[in-house]
Amino acid sequence: MAINTINGEYPEIIRDAVENFHGNQLVIVDWENHRGLGGAPNMFPLPPDMPFKALIADVLPGVFGLHADWEKIDWATVEWTIDGEEVTPNLDASLKENGVGHKSFIWLKTPGLLGYKGTLN
Amino acid sequence: MSKSKTFIIFQDNADARPFIDAVEQDNPDISIDYQPGMVRFENEGELIIRRETVEEIIGREVDLQEIHVHLVSIGGNIEEDDDYIRLVWN
Amino acid sequence: MAVKKRLNMRKRYELLTRGLAWEPSYQPREKVFPYEDFEGIKITDWDKWEDPFRLTADSYWKYQAEKDKKLYAVMDSFAQNDGFLNVSDASYINALKIFIQGVSPLEYQAHRGFAHLARQFAGEGAQIACQMQSIDELRHIQTQIHTISNYNKYFTGMHDPFHMHDRVWYLSVPKSFMDDARTAGPFEFITSISFSFEYLLTNLLFVPFMSGAAHNGDMSTVTFGFSAQSDESRHMTLGLGIIKFLLEQHEDNVPIVQKWMDKHFWRSYRLLGIVSAMQDYMLTESPLSWKEGWKIYFEDNAGALFNDLSRYGIKMPKFHEVATAEADHLSHQVYSVFYAFSHAAGFQTTVPSAKKMDWLSEKYPDTFDKYYRPRWEMWAEMEKEGKRFFNGGLPLDCQVCQIPMVFTDVVNGNPMKPTHRVSEYKGDKYHTCSDGCRDIFENEPEKYVQALVPPQQIFQGNCGGETIPDVLNWYHFAADDGGEYHGSTDEKNWKKWHGEQSDSGSQEKA
Repeated sequence: MAINTINGEYPEIIRDAVENFHGNQLVIVDWENHRGLGGAPNMFPLPPDMPFKALIADVLPGVFGLHADWEKIDWATVEWTIDGEEVTPNLDASLKENGVGHKSFIWLKTPGLLGYKGTLN
Repeated sequence: MSKSKTFIIFQDNADARPFIDAVEQDNPDISIDYQPGMVRFENEGELIIRRETVEEIIGREVDLQEIHVHLVSIGGNIEEDDDYIRLVWN
Repeated sequence: MAVKKRLNMRKRYELLTRGLAWEPSYQPREKVFPYEDFEGIKITDWDKWEDPFRLTADSYWKYQAEKDKKLYAVMDSFAQNDGFLNVSDASYINALKIFIQGVSPLEYQAHRGFAHLARQFAGEGAQIACQMQSIDELRHIQTQIHTISNYNKYFTGMHDPFHMHDRVWYLSVPKSFMDDARTAGPFEFITSISFSFEYLLTNLLFVPFMSGAAHNGDMSTVTFGFSAQSDESRHMTLGLGIIKFLLEQHEDNVPIVQKWMDKHFWRSYRLLGIVSAMQDYMLTESPLSWKEGWKIYFEDNAGALFNDLSRYGIKMPKFHEVATAEADHLSHQVYSVFYAFSHAAGFQTTVPSAKKMDWLSEKYPDTFDKYYRPRWEMWAEMEKEGKRFFNGGLPLDCQVCQIPMVFTDVVNGNPMKPTHRVSEYKGDKYHTCSDGCRDIFENEPEKYVQALVPPQQIFQGNCGGETIPDVLNWYHFAADDGGEYHGSTDEKNWKKWHGEQSDSGSQEKA
C-alpha cells in the first residue's frame, strides 16, 4: 500500500543498505535456549568473506562466551539455521559462500544444553 | 461479557474531598479503592456527580468544572451539564 | 441557592467556540487547510464536533493556573525540606531518569503536534481543543523539568535529557513512536496520540506509576504526575470524542480509523513495555503490578470502550489478545535487556532484592519462578564471582518498535522461544519482534526502511566512533550515569547522606 502524501512521491531511503557499512554486512546470531544473555539476538558487522569458522572462534566468544554453557558446547553436534534453513556450514568457506547475506539471521542450536539449570536461560 | 464499568479517579487530598464524598453519597454500592495518592471509584453502569451534593458538603456555590483540578482519570463517556457530570457507556 | 444570572454551560460553550472563523475569499479553502484531505478522511460538518468537557478558554486558564499553583507549592516545599532524602531508595530515582529522558521530550513533541493540528483542522471546536491540549503538553514538560531539576542536583543521569533523547538507543523507542505519529497526517496523529496512546493506555503510565511514586515517598513526582494526568482526563475525552466524530462523519472513515487504531495501539503498547519495567522493577515498592494495571486499565476499560464503539463497526485493536497474554512476561523481558545493556544506559540496574523477587513471585505466580527468577539468580551468581553480566555486543532491535528483540511466543505457550519475524523489501531483510510490528512494517515499508535504528547507526559510524566509550561520549553520558547500581555514585551518595544524617542527629529521621 502506498503511503498517502501531501505533496508528490514518498521518498525512498533505504537507511541500512549494505553499502553504508564500509565493506561489512550485518549478521545476526542468536543462541537457542539461552535467554540468559539478555534475551535479544546479537548483531555484528562482519566482512562477507570472513571464514565461517572465524565467527565461532573470534566473534561469538566475546558475547556468548560469558555464558557458562559456552565451554560445554560439543561442536560436533551443533546445528545451524541460516535464514530459517537448516544448514551444515562449510567452516573454511566464507560467510557469503555459506549463504550468509546482509542482515541474515543465524540460529546456533546446541542440543543437550538447556541454559542455566535447564531453565533455557 | 459483564456489564461495562465506569470509573473515576481523584487525587487523595483535602481539596478533592468534597468531590470524593459526593461521589460516595450519590452512587450507592459504588466500589472504592484507596491507593497511594489517589482514590478510585468504579461502578457497574453509570456514575454521577451532582453539583448540589458537592455544594452541600463544601458550603458554597460550586462550578462543577472545578473537578478538573482534582481529577486523575475517568473511564466512560462524559455527559456534562451545569448540575451534574455523568459517566456512562452506551 | 441563588439563581445564577449566567448562561448555561452548553450555551456558553457554543458562543465561545462557534462562529469565530470565516470563509476564505481570496484563497481556496484547500490551500488554507492543505492537510485536511490527503489521508482519505471525509469531514462533512465540522460543527458536529463537540468537546465533551465543554471547557471554554476562560475556565481553562483559571483551572490550569490553580493546578500549577498547587504543584509549585509542593515542589517548593519538597526542595526546601530536602525531600529527595525521603524517597524509598536511591535506586528508585532510576525510574525518574527514564521518565525525564524518555517521556518528557514526548510531551514537547505532543505540544508541537497539537499546535500543528490547531492550525490545520478547519473546525473551530477542534482548533480550540487542540490549542488547549498543545498548551497542556507544554505545561507538562515545563513542570517535569522543574520537578526533576531538583533531583538533578543530587543524582546522575538527568543532566542532558533532550540531547540523550535524540541519540540514545533505548530512547529511540519513545522517539520513534512519536516521530511516526508526527510524520503522519493530522487525523492519524490524533488517532495515535489522543485515542490509542492517551485514551487506551496513558492510564497505565500515569496512574499506577505515579501512585507508585507516592508509595516510594516521592511527593514531588506524584504531584506533577497527577497534575499532568488531570489534563489527561480531558485529553482522553478528546480522544474518544475525535474517534466518534470521525466515525459519524462518513462510513468511509471507519476502515481507515480501524487501521490506525490497530497500528497505534500496538505501537503504544510496545512503548509501554518500558513502563512495565519501571513499574515492576524500578519502583522500590510497587503498589500494583503491570499485570494488575493491565487488567484494570486495559482489559476492563477497553472492553467497555470497544463494546461502545462496536455500533460503528469498530473492533478491538488487532493483537490485543497478544498484549494481554504477554502481561505475565513483559516487564521481566524488558528489564532483563536493560540489565544486560545498562553499561550503555543513562540509568543503573541491579538484580532485584530478595524482597522484590518474592513480590514478583507473588504477582506473577505462573511465570516468575519458572522463567525469570533463575535468570536473576544466574546473574546474581555471576556478580558474586566478580563478573557482573553485561552483554558484550549490540542487540538486534525491532525495525518498527526499536526495542531489542526480547519478545517471545507466549501465545502458543513457548515463553522462551523468541517471536522473530522477517520481511523482505526490495531485496533487503527487515526483522521485527512480533506479528504486530511485522504488520505495521508490511503496511508501510517505505516508512520503516528509513528508520534510524540505533545499532545500525553505530555500525555505520554515525554515533561518535567505533568503541562503546566513543558512543557514550556522543550520547553525553557521564562515566557514572549507567552500569550496575551497587557501587554507583548514586548509591554511595545515598549511603553517605543517610549516614551523615544519623550522625548529625537529625530529629525527624528514624
